[in-house]
Amino acid sequence: METLLFILVGVLGIIAIVQAVRVFEISARVKGDDENKVSDKDNRTQGLLLLLFLFFFLGAFAWMVYSWDSVILPKAASLHGADIDSLWAISMGVIIVAFLVTQPLLFGFSFLFRGSKKRRAVYMEHNNKLELFWTGVPAVVLAGLILYGLTTWSETMNPSPEDEPLVVEVYGYQFNWKARYSGTDNKLGYANVRLIEGVNQLGLDVNDVSSLDDKVTNVLHLPVDRPVMLKFRAQDVIHSAYMPHFRVQMNAVPGTETQFQFEPTMTTAEMRQDPEVVEKVKNINELRSAQGKDPYEFDYMLLCNKICGSAHYNMNMKVVVQTQEQFDKWLQEQKSFAETL
Amino acid sequence: MEAHAHHKENFITKYIFSTDHKMISKQFLITGVVMGIVGVIMSLLFRLQLAWPNQEWPIMEALLGKWAPDGVMDPNMYLALVTIHGTIMVFFVLTAGLSGTFSNLLIPLQIGARDMASGFINMLSYWFFFVSSVIMLASLFVESGPAAAGWTVYPPLSALPEAMPGSGMGMTLWLVSMTFFIVSSLLGALNYIVTVLNLRTKGMSMTRLPLTIWAFFVTAIIGVLSFPVLFSAALLLLFDRSLGTSFYLSDIMVAGEVLQNQGGSPVLYQHLFWFLGHPEVYIILLPALGISSEVISTNARKPIFGYRAMVGSILAIAFLSFIVWGHHMFVTGMNPFLGSVFTFTTLLIAIPSAVKAFNYITTLWKGNLRLTPAMLFSIGLVSTFITGGLTGLILGDSALDINVHDTYFVVAHFHIVMGLSAIFGLFAGVYHWFPKMFGRKMNKTLGYLHFWVTFICAYGVFFPMHFLGMAGLPRRYYTNTAVPMFDDLTNINVLISYFAILGGVAQVVFLWNFFYNAVRGRKAEQNPWQSNTLEWTTPVEHIHGNWPGELPEVHRWPYDYSKPGMEEDFVPQTVPLTEKEMQTGH
Repeated sequence: METLLFILVGVLGIIAIVQAVRVFEISARVKGDDENKVSDKDNRTQGLLLLLFLFFFLGAFAWMVYSWDSVILPKAASLHGADIDSLWAISMGVIIVAFLVTQPLLFGFSFLFRGSKKRRAVYMEHNNKLELFWTGVPAVVLAGLILYGLTTWSETMNPSPEDEPLVVEVYGYQFNWKARYSGTDNKLGYANVRLIEGVNQLGLDVNDVSSLDDKVTNVLHLPVDRPVMLKFRAQDVIHSAYMPHFRVQMNAVPGTETQFQFEPTMTTAEMRQDPEVVEKVKNINELRSAQGKDPYEFDYMLLCNKICGSAHYNMNMKVVVQTQEQFDKWLQEQKSFAETL
Repeated sequence: MEAHAHHKENFITKYIFSTDHKMISKQFLITGVVMGIVGVIMSLLFRLQLAWPNQEWPIMEALLGKWAPDGVMDPNMYLALVTIHGTIMVFFVLTAGLSGTFSNLLIPLQIGARDMASGFINMLSYWFFFVSSVIMLASLFVESGPAAAGWTVYPPLSALPEAMPGSGMGMTLWLVSMTFFIVSSLLGALNYIVTVLNLRTKGMSMTRLPLTIWAFFVTAIIGVLSFPVLFSAALLLLFDRSLGTSFYLSDIMVAGEVLQNQGGSPVLYQHLFWFLGHPEVYIILLPALGISSEVISTNARKPIFGYRAMVGSILAIAFLSFIVWGHHMFVTGMNPFLGSVFTFTTLLIAIPSAVKAFNYITTLWKGNLRLTPAMLFSIGLVSTFITGGLTGLILGDSALDINVHDTYFVVAHFHIVMGLSAIFGLFAGVYHWFPKMFGRKMNKTLGYLHFWVTFICAYGVFFPMHFLGMAGLPRRYYTNTAVPMFDDLTNINVLISYFAILGGVAQVVFLWNFFYNAVRGRKAEQNPWQSNTLEWTTPVEHIHGNWPGELPEVHRWPYDYSKPGMEEDFVPQTVPLTEKEMQTGH
């Protein structure tokens, strides 16, 4: 019944709009000669509206930047992330300048040169100097951005092999994540989905010596200030490990191993003290308490960021960054693969 | 051809199985509009879910039935809706609805041809599209729901019915529908290419073509080169799904069962898909840019600034569009060196794009702008093309893409640069050529109302999404409430949804203006916009063969607006050069 009413209201609403529009149309027709010819008055009105829109648009842009500054991610918590953030700031600077130059020109000209029967447009086919200028300037700016971008990319993706990173596997399946630590030998044992059986949820090879000391956990713990090499594996469909605070993202692809190396620079505890994070958490908790929800405490997250099925939105894993001692102690407490068998 | 002009027609040959390009163009447009309505309604449903998660909406249950028990949308249905919304908007509305409509209408009329090179193939092109649309809509009603793996339908998710309900029958129908769609698109594109190359009237050299035709022509070439690759991707996916092959599958355990597939690569599918998928962006965008070039020049009463640069940038964009597909795959684990190459080629596209943007703006400079609804939509297009294009500099840069890949930043980017620009191009085209299509006029005031509400709402929906993306919110999340770090984004989502609903409802104004005036509108004169191009020299009432007598002869380029020494502020292409013009070479 409720549904029927709802639909009825919807249909009536649409009919009302259509009828209002109809009245509009008929009155326009009664008024006379050709209501559809654009008059000088229309040009004035629309030109003015375009100019007003420009102010509204720039104002709204400034408002968004000001009031939503607190929702965007805090500064990067990883070594390469800081480089990405600098590149981001410069690229954003370039595009905001371009935005603030072109939009006013577009809407400003639309207003300034609004039509009038008394005027005639200036005939102007092309201007080689002008065109060379606005081909050249973007080309030069882009050359800079490309060089800077490629340097950052290459440094991020090709870490030095001498880093001797801590090797950790991140394993995705519908709909959760697991982490696997390589144990004392810092070498992950062979694993394949075909070997999955009972408690051996990640399909580790029992016959591979290096898999026996591996440790499988539900939370990803990482030591601070030490390079970590994450190796990604997926059980069923493509997942993507997205750790926004570290500026890390890599797909986990069934049948292929992918990897991403980075170095966390701030522990969870330090990040919780960061002014930006404190501010953000405060905002969130105000909203949460209004809804009667438990207070939220900041944690690093690893989110699934490749559509993977119905619970994709809820497929994530907590990431804890701690000091080397805390990390060692935690890892010590975890059971090895051999112990779980 | 002459004989056809007096050929007797009945209802079926005139309105249904028509081989006349003008009728086929209307068929494409109206089918596109119907699909567009479906696509927009879907987006409103998932906007309700995103802004007010877990709220009970009776309308949801009424429309979605078992997929919205108690009026709360099922997560699988959410994914299905975003998938079909994307598919419909990208392919059915902005490819077939835009390119199919205006290539068909304008290519023969603007180059001075009696019809397409093959009217029959043209008819087939529409009917394959029609069948494709019917199958896609039918897939909404199957037991296990429509395809739901995202519009890109990446395997293994799309290949395994065990992985999600949407990968069952719905996915098969999706692939079948797309196969028909590709055939339609290829038949159309081949026809457009042949027609432009062979059927130009006397005097219509390539350098005298209106920019619309250049855009449609290059679009058709891109389509012919890239759609077959999507066809092979779809075919191999069909094999993996039904014949047990392993093109895209390897080492998989799903729903507790280990699959026998070995040796395939899901990333192979992504390469094949994006080899079409990226050029597809330009298949959508270039016709809109062509339309706006024509509309802006006509209504600025000024030649389009830098005609040759405009053609050159269309060609440059088309060429580059084939070597940038990898920028969709920076985080698939592909070789970082390859990532560098794709970053380089991708950022290069900014140069021809910047040239186009500046040329549009300069065309307005010292013009005498007649601000018709079509002109407003074209100005809106330039604005969104710039706004959306600029964020491409961020996403195309592999290092920056790491952090915003697959977030709402991407959703904002492609909706603004491709979705909005193309839909504004479509609206501009409809308002501008409506008198040519239906011999009647649309209401101006309603057009203004439609533009302003649509334009403001469009930015209101997509501009805030940049901030969601910079907060790290992934796209295709059924709700952001499962992760507390996104709790402060709900207010932004509510704002976006209000704009979406208002913008959606505003389209009723357009639909009324369109359908009512197609039948009852005021009769149009022959050349309502004082335009130079050839289509306005044909009679208002459509006839087979377009021109009653001889084909017109072309003497000049299409952009002689406000030319000094001429009495009127426009000089149609059919007007011979004056003696003075011949002397100065202009």
